[in-house]
Amino acid sequence: MGIEKETIEIAPGIRQIPGTPVVLSPIDKIINWARAGSMWPVTFGLACCAIEMMATGASHFDLDRYGIIFRATPRQADVLIVAGTVTKKMAPIVRRVYDQMPEPKYVIAMGSCACSGGIFKTYSVAQGADEFLPVDIYIPGCPPRPEALLFGLLNLQQKIKSEAKKWGFWR
Amino acid sequence: MEELLNELKEKFSSVIIEIQEKDYPTLICKRSGFLDLMKYLKEEKGFKYLIDLCGVDYLDYKYKNFEERFEVVYHLYNLDTKILLRLKVRIPEKDCWQYSVTPLWETANWFERECYDMFGINFKGHPNLKRILMPDDWEGHPLRKDYPVYLEEEQEWKTYKELKEKVKQQS
Repeated sequence: MGIEKETIEIAPGIRQIPGTPVVLSPIDKIINWARAGSMWPVTFGLACCAIEMMATGASHFDLDRYGIIFRATPRQADVLIVAGTVTKKMAPIVRRVYDQMPEPKYVIAMGSCACSGGIFKTYSVAQGADEFLPVDIYIPGCPPRPEALLFGLLNLQQKIKSEAKKWGFWR
Repeated sequence: MEELLNELKEKFSSVIIEIQEKDYPTLICKRSGFLDLMKYLKEEKGFKYLIDLCGVDYLDYKYKNFEERFEVVYHLYNLDTKILLRLKVRIPEKDCWQYSVTPLWETANWFERECYDMFGINFKGHPNLKRILMPDDWEGHPLRKDYPVYLEEEQEWKTYKELKEKVKQQS
């Protein structure tokens, strides 16, 4: 009797009934695996960081190999990469794009400006995207190298994989 | 070049206060009669290209030798003779307006809007004088020397403040 005896562990937390294609796993694990494997970011390039973001998406660094494919519409996106200086005039528009994204949604603040306002402590610049968005990952740098953005995205994958019970309408 | 300057000096002696020899010939002009001078330069002398139009704030400027606070600077170019002329008109703070040159050069439309936005100089005869860079409900003119570089909480732009409060309530 018991799952432990009848099954064998084929991966951490995943068990198989021997001789059959039946696999037992927590649903969190499967959902998080699917989410982490296909993070589709919406392109929100605001300044020079956008160039670096494009470079990360292009063939040399190639985000596609992680299943990260840029979407041009928030309706199909899971991740919002705020790349560049957010001016106060732009802030309501960034927020609106975030509001249009379907759940679950994540935000990456890319670059010093999006993290904290950077060198622009001025009347027209928002002092960090976290003033009006729930930011998950901060990537410092001015602008960050593509490797840094990749590292941030991989960290976000780790964060998604460690989530629990973030599915279903009861949440 | 000499010929042109002498002719202008003679013909518009009541408008031109002073001609300075710098990197380019610089005419310091009075506001009254300025439009006639500009019209003459464009239609008779072939200065068909308005390169630049901008404002300057001379508040607390150490080397200032005139009374007015603002200056509007025009750069005119003759594409045939390759002559560049610089014209400056001084604007007092109390009576802060200047004639619009948009009827002469279409380019001036956005330049003057920018100048109005940043310095608060009104351009008489402009077809659509409203802010171009800052949001429409912004208070103050940022490039004035007495405008703060960084806005404190109580001076914050109203729309941005509302956005921040809205986000705080939602989370």
